[in-house]
Amino acid sequence: MCLAIPGRLLERAVENGLNMGTIDVNGSKTRACLEYVPDIKVGQYTIVHAGFALKIIDEEEAAESLKLWQELIESGAFDSDEELPSPESL
Amino acid sequence: MTIVPLCPLPIMQHETVQMAHGAGGQLSQSLMQRVFMPNLHNNFLDLLDDQAKLDLPPGRTAFTTDTYVVSPLFFPGGNIGELAVNGTVNDLAVGGARPLYLSAGFVLEEGLPLVELETIVKSMAEAARRAGVMIVTGDTKVVGKGQCDRIFINTSGIGCLREGVNLSCRNLKPGDAIILSGTVGDHGMAIMTSREGLSFQSQITSDCAALNSMIGAILDEEPLEIHAMRDPTRGGVAATLNELAQSSSVGIEINEATIPVKPDVRGACELLGIDPLHVANEGKVVVVVAQDKAGEVLDVLRSFDPGRDAVIIGSVVGDHPGMVVMRTLYGSRRIIDLPIGEQLPRIC
Amino acid sequence: MPTPMKYIDEFRDPQLARKMLEEIGRKATRHWTIMEICGGQTHSIIRNGIDQLLPDTITLVHGPGCPVCVTPLESLERALALAGREEVIFTSFGDMLRVPGNARDLFMVRSAGGDVRIVFSPLDALQIARDNPAKEVVFFAVGFETTAPANAMAVYQAAREGIENFSVLVSQVMVPPAMRVILSSPGNTVQGFLAAGHVCAVMGYAEYEPVALEFGVPIVVTGFEPVDLLAGILKTVELLEEGKAEVANCYGRVVSREGNLFAQEIVKKVFEVNDRQWRGIGLIPRSGLGLREEFARFDAETKFHVTNIIAEESPLCMSGTVLQGLMKPDGCPAFAKECTPQHPLGATMVSSEGACAAYYKYHHHIL
Repeated sequence: MCLAIPGRLLERAVENGLNMGTIDVNGSKTRACLEYVPDIKVGQYTIVHAGFALKIIDEEEAAESLKLWQELIESGAFDSDEELPSPESL
Repeated sequence: MTIVPLCPLPIMQHETVQMAHGAGGQLSQSLMQRVFMPNLHNNFLDLLDDQAKLDLPPGRTAFTTDTYVVSPLFFPGGNIGELAVNGTVNDLAVGGARPLYLSAGFVLEEGLPLVELETIVKSMAEAARRAGVMIVTGDTKVVGKGQCDRIFINTSGIGCLREGVNLSCRNLKPGDAIILSGTVGDHGMAIMTSREGLSFQSQITSDCAALNSMIGAILDEEPLEIHAMRDPTRGGVAATLNELAQSSSVGIEINEATIPVKPDVRGACELLGIDPLHVANEGKVVVVVAQDKAGEVLDVLRSFDPGRDAVIIGSVVGDHPGMVVMRTLYGSRRIIDLPIGEQLPRIC
Repeated sequence: MPTPMKYIDEFRDPQLARKMLEEIGRKATRHWTIMEICGGQTHSIIRNGIDQLLPDTITLVHGPGCPVCVTPLESLERALALAGREEVIFTSFGDMLRVPGNARDLFMVRSAGGDVRIVFSPLDALQIARDNPAKEVVFFAVGFETTAPANAMAVYQAAREGIENFSVLVSQVMVPPAMRVILSSPGNTVQGFLAAGHVCAVMGYAEYEPVALEFGVPIVVTGFEPVDLLAGILKTVELLEEGKAEVANCYGRVVSREGNLFAQEIVKKVFEVNDRQWRGIGLIPRSGLGLREEFARFDAETKFHVTNIIAEESPLCMSGTVLQGLMKPDGCPAFAKECTPQHPLGATMVSSEGACAAYYKYHHHIL
């Protein structure tokens, strides 16, 4: 369910009394309702589903997860040169 | 003083297409003289005969037809007229033919602004000039409001087949390389994101282009070792590869990491939940070539603008005949199927 | 390589994914069965072949979290009836159009002259209503908790602006009641859950804590990209190995414990909890949302008197069993025989997220 894609807020506008915004997704732009993320600032990333911004992406949390996972790798527990499983073996 | 009653004269200058424009009378003539002839004229068309009388070069002839319907008529990177010329030129070229002559049949909806028709016809003339073909015969019909969507165009094309090439979708051999001439999904996403009602804005530009010079150049380079070509239009690269695999009863393996997708096309595909491999292209070609000649073909393709992003995306294999399998970024494999129907934006 | 897509490509890193897979293999000392609830996650798992890459110790089962799949036949038949009406412009998200009713789908209604339009946002449907005051615009408001705020806002805004030619056909469902049904089933094999990240973006994850406790299962909030999914699976395996039945959040950049309070508030204003039919599963008490009394005039079912339309599902289709994780799609006798994406018996074969369609598309030839 629920395809939701991260995009960056480019600009805000009020339409029919609703807070709306233009969201950039890798160069394509879509309109989204910002009523559920009233604190969002231009330049911030949000998750967009069905034309609605649902959450401002937490930059620190994102970096934190990646760091944690990267550390897992660098802890050296595994052999990083090992080949990916080959299609033939599947 | 006597007043002479004057019957009002019919209006001869219209801003939109009228039923009478297709009725064969004065208005039909005015449409020819105002819109079609000034833009498309050439030695064949200027004779105004019901048929073009052509001298074809010796050898075999390729003949193709296609009908173009697209909404919106004007999209970033082209319009229906340009599409109608380039599409038929490409259908001839991928079969190894040098495109020469085109016909153009128009079905116009009553009420179509004449200025739009004129823009479309001008684009056709320009596209034909660029591709080096002539539109030598044509026809126009007008239908009532609501009986067609503004304008439909049919183009048929004739070309002479090159000597010594043997291109067929049944020619794929295990070991052949699969080359894709550039990024996928540009045309389809340009159309989808410029449709009203989906609250999109994008600068995605259709890749609509005639490929005959580029294709001619690779056939000059490797006339014998190119086994098949297809332009991946409707159904995208996925459909084309499936057709090739099925026709030749071979398997095709492609590598996800090599598939070129423009950033904004990718963004729009992510947002709409659409696989770029299923999206239409109008200026790309899939080339199947013997592995040891792939490098040469790639170099030639890259020397042309529509081929600048050409890459080898995979190869023909003996396993799983009739099926296209993609090795994912993660080393797993997934089937690339024919799309079922129209691409729908997914939300959930 | 073009510029990476921020918050997407970092989480699609094949190196990181491979390391996660190795770590999962190392951590799992015995066999575990984990369900991803969400159809979007199923889609990503199958599309990227993650299930092929997981060690044999891990079995993933695909859950019922696909609104297209669980929207009951009855709602669909009502949608088809509404879409065929002269005065109606019927609006819907794209992938509801191919879902088969008893004899037709929305495409067929459209080709028979019905005005059926695809929208990206429920607010687009509302705009169509503003632009066409002489028409009745009906929006097919399907979805889980993620989509509820969007659907609720369309109704709320229609009321605020007094757009009376707008109404919604509601088929709004919720995850926790479905999880309880799965866990309470005598044949249940699911030992841990990946909770749907975007549902939790709206609802938070506090409501899963009592479920974890009551049924003794770990529940891990998980995102949608391959690295997110593998991180979620890894965390679930760790919790299972440690015997901890708790809720963990592996999608911190999008999910907080309390969720989106602004969204929850509008959902509560517009909708109230009700009993809902799930296609293939049956009635689940208090598992859905319906319009509150104040917004009842926007209910398309009563507005156009289609509540009398009832429908029965194909006896051949086992989608309910599949959706509850009691059977893999290719275990169904009709799979790839009577039932294919071209001739689907049930919605799980239609939606690109449907477990059966995903299996058919990516799997059944190879395995």
